[in-house]
Amino acid sequence: MATVVLWAAVAAVVTLSVASMFVGVIDIDFGAVLTDPEARRVFALSRIPRTLALILAGTAMAVAGLILQSLMRNRFVAPTTAGTVDAAAVGLLVVIIISPGAPVMGKVMVALVFALVGTILFLAVVRRTRFREAILVPLIGLVLGGVYRAVAEFLAYRYNLVQSIDTWFNADFSGIIAGRYETLWLAGAAAAAAYVFANRLTAVGMGEAFATSIGVNYRATMAVGMGIAAFATAVVVVTVGAIPFLGLIVPNIVTILVGDSLRKVLPITALAGAVLVLGCDIAGRIVIFPYEIPVGTIVGTVGAGIFLFLVMRKGNRYAAA
Amino acid sequence: MISVESLTKAYNGDAVVDAVTLQLPGSGLTTIVGPNGAGKSTLLSLISRILGPDAGTVIADDIDVLSAPGTEVAKKLSILRQDQNTTARITVRELVEFGRYPYSKGRLTEACHIAVEEAISYCDLVSLEERPIHEMSGGQRQRAYLAMVLAQDTRYVLLDEPLNNLDMVHATGMMRLLRSLADDQGKSIVLVLHDINYASVYSDRIVGMRDGEVVQDGPTSEVITPDALQAVFGTAFPVHDLAGNKFADYFR
Ligand SMILES: Nc1ncnc2c1ncn2[C@@H]1O[C@H](COP(=O)(O)OP(=O)(O)OP(=O)(O)O)[C@@H](O)[C@H]1O
Ligand SMILES: [Mg+2]
Repeated sequence: MATVVLWAAVAAVVTLSVASMFVGVIDIDFGAVLTDPEARRVFALSRIPRTLALILAGTAMAVAGLILQSLMRNRFVAPTTAGTVDAAAVGLLVVIIISPGAPVMGKVMVALVFALVGTILFLAVVRRTRFREAILVPLIGLVLGGVYRAVAEFLAYRYNLVQSIDTWFNADFSGIIAGRYETLWLAGAAAAAAYVFANRLTAVGMGEAFATSIGVNYRATMAVGMGIAAFATAVVVVTVGAIPFLGLIVPNIVTILVGDSLRKVLPITALAGAVLVLGCDIAGRIVIFPYEIPVGTIVGTVGAGIFLFLVMRKGNRYAAA
Repeated sequence: MISVESLTKAYNGDAVVDAVTLQLPGSGLTTIVGPNGAGKSTLLSLISRILGPDAGTVIADDIDVLSAPGTEVAKKLSILRQDQNTTARITVRELVEFGRYPYSKGRLTEACHIAVEEAISYCDLVSLEERPIHEMSGGQRQRAYLAMVLAQDTRYVLLDEPLNNLDMVHATGMMRLLRSLADDQGKSIVLVLHDINYASVYSDRIVGMRDGEVVQDGPTSEVITPDALQAVFGTAFPVHDLAGNKFADYFR
């Protein structure tokens, strides 16, 4: 099963990447890329960067969601429901206000610190809650996230930055050109690094006693996992903006299909994140051509549909018998 | 030998394991018995450092269990817990492979694969190895966790009520398997049992706990007596000799 799904996901990424490079306002066909220097310039400047950005951001958000779900042992946790995105946005605002000319990496680092603190605070509140019902956990995250977001909105309002924060919560890839997306490679690298820890993260997902009994350092693994998830999220928020729902839905779809062993799930989740974002972005470019619908809006709609279908489908772990 | 020294754990000021000092031998089969709430599970969790104590030390051979690196301890002792509150959906084989983590950190070696195969067939799970553990019966799942513990291949194997959920045939099979681990591989098996007759038939030594304290500790024949059992359980049972074993008649 896992192998079939893996190869299907690889095939889908390749197909959609090619499609993504040939959809746009300027009509380019395959022959033109080989012969026409102008077409090649559009390709190198816009089409390839955009496609890569979609793949990297989709991968990073999906993997961040998967890691958080495993660490928190809760299927409803994701960067958008654990306050991670909102906290990163507060961090980004703070840098922009204090030091408007800060380099991208500086912004990423500050957003990372805020994302980490925000997520750890979420963790601390959940740990202190006596009734840890599955649904209470994301509710706590949403409430905390709402608080962070209110802080962000207040700051944005005070400093006339309301316009810019909207895209941080709802990604926009239409402005992606060469030179504007490269930091996303770091988010992709973080997602790949998570694979090194796949076994340890799975063990932590089995519970603290389980992890300890086989010699996995629970706290250290928790810290590494949180760090990777927060870093990937911070990079995406700073570079293109968060993609709502992605980190929630993709890991759920994939784990329903192949189980919870991260060794198997992580690569597929990474690819599936890319597939969903690529597909939704292409759709967003076609539906009201030559205009565009932001990818986040489509991911939200399509993702909610898939999610509801999976949740209500008979015979899975959420459905009523 | 595992030396437990003044081990204490309290909840809300109530010591549920109360300054327990105890030596567990380096081989053989030792059974801990005692009424519900006596502190048996807590003691086993403390010894296997999955629960932090309020005071005391645990030394297993040359290793300070409470401060040594996690993987070192995990090569020395393994634990099967009383209840596995996991919802993760992994297969039997994936679970058993976790038993090799202390040796391989996840990159299974040839020796690891052999140990995993052995443990799976030992626990009669060959036909179930690709099944997700959450889709198995309680007894099958119990055997899957035992296979993981066996794959961990430690000198000390702690088991908290390993007969839970097992039918009579599998329960006896499990006890024989534990006995042979002790006899053939020289391991030290420490387990908690509620059925004192299983304890009587299979153990070399029995430790009786009550209210967080060790109240009996000795060779099986000395603990399966009406007086000793009275001290542990607060009730007197008649004890009969049957085919060379002592049986407590607690049915009436
Ligand atoms: N997390 C906890 N918080 C408060 N009290 C606890 C906690 N865990 C255990 N206890 C208490 O400690 C005592 C010993 O519990 P323990 O699980 O060690 O008993 P046990 O001997 O294993 O019992 P059983 O035979 O029922 O498994 C019990 O009175 C229990 O209520
Ligand atoms: Mg118990």
